[in-house]
Amino acid sequence: MTNGKVKNQAYELSIHRMGRMWMSAALLVILAVPVAISFYFNSWPAAGPLFGGLLPIMMIYVPIGIIEVITFSPMLGSGATYLAFTTGNLTNLKVPCALNALEIADIEPGSIQGEIISTIAVATSSLVTNLVLVLGVLLFVQLTPVLASPVLKPAFENILPALFGALGYLYISKNWKLAVVPLTLMVVIFLLMPTAPVGILIPVSALSAIAAARFMYKKSML
Amino acid sequence: MGDYRNSMFMFVLGAIVALFVTVQSIVFLKKAWEEGKRKGMPPEKMRKAVVSSAVFTLVPSLSILLTMLTLSGALGLALPWIRLSVIGAVTYELPAAEAAAQAAGASLMGAGVPVSVFSVIVWVMTLGIMSGPLFIIAYFKKLQSKINQIKVEDNRWGALLISAMFVGLISSFLGSALAGGMVSILTLFSSALLMVVCIMIEQKAGLKVFKDFALPLSMIGAMALAILYSGLLGG
Repeated sequence: MTNGKVKNQAYELSIHRMGRMWMSAALLVILAVPVAISFYFNSWPAAGPLFGGLLPIMMIYVPIGIIEVITFSPMLGSGATYLAFTTGNLTNLKVPCALNALEIADIEPGSIQGEIISTIAVATSSLVTNLVLVLGVLLFVQLTPVLASPVLKPAFENILPALFGALGYLYISKNWKLAVVPLTLMVVIFLLMPTAPVGILIPVSALSAIAAARFMYKKSML
Repeated sequence: MGDYRNSMFMFVLGAIVALFVTVQSIVFLKKAWEEGKRKGMPPEKMRKAVVSSAVFTLVPSLSILLTMLTLSGALGLALPWIRLSVIGAVTYELPAAEAAAQAAGASLMGAGVPVSVFSVIVWVMTLGIMSGPLFIIAYFKKLQSKINQIKVEDNRWGALLISAMFVGLISSFLGSALAGGMVSILTLFSSALLMVVCIMIEQKAGLKVFKDFALPLSMIGAMALAILYSGLLGG
């Protein structure tokens, strides 16, 4: 085994150790919020409303949560995965941010350099979002009429097409053969069911892309 | 009881969560930066990743901020701040809060919710999104070693597999945008076109700034055009 590989493995092991530790601590902090609120206000939820609210949400978000880990972690790498799954906003922010940073740095995702750049990107992104939210809390009165103005409404309503149009061009122009099957499938599904939740369809799209890629790879079409 | 939702206690909780996330981000940033230096990565490349990521994050963060302001009507300011600082997303928090409110016999549409409903909402929003982090703690290391094994066995297929996942993710959002009405379709194509323009300017004029900030530029331009399209098409 080469020295470089040993060093990469040492980094991988240490990032997993650190990541698990921080993620466990984060879960405790996140769980402490409802506990503290219930204690402080002396208001614990009754089982009926709690499970009544949790059931429909968990039916959708338990599979989505697991699928997101399986889908996004190979793209993000270890460090960025631990951090992104603590700080949230993956599809609309952290994953595109990491992809953008990798693209600018001209680095392959999944490589050790890719691991470093995507961790830097996700950490920076988390810090900036945090800062924006703190400013939002401090400047609530001043910001509300601006951000919630009817003029800006279409801009914020279309933030995902604005993000994925540019990102789509970047990746699909490089990998157009990989995109034919998933893109066709997604267009057909969304035309038939325009309100279908994207979160559920991401793994369907990713699996169809992987199956098509495997087929073309075996047939030497890529 | 006064407005418990915007009490000092709630903001102290928010500050603790925000501080935790900030410290964690700095620790991971430092770790990656040091590893990059050890691997001989040019600091300039890493600095550029910081700057481009910070600039890119601004616009989506405003959208997250808007969600915080929207939720603040019923839930106060501190709880949406806490929830949007940690695991969850713009697309999760609102339906989770609404499902919890309905289960407790209330609605987010009103001016505010009583503390009994508020506690149900907090618990549901928190517990409903735990599966991803728990799965990571339990299985991520194994998953990662499986992916590394694929890369070792067939490096080219390993790279293609990750590219296919990227393209799959992007395709699902493209499909959703294409079926989202005329303003959404026009915004999508405008964004792609602006990206082409940025790349051309970078290549023809050698202005690196158009490569480094191509994504935020395209995104902001397309969002501005969405306002125009919406005005013209009346939607």
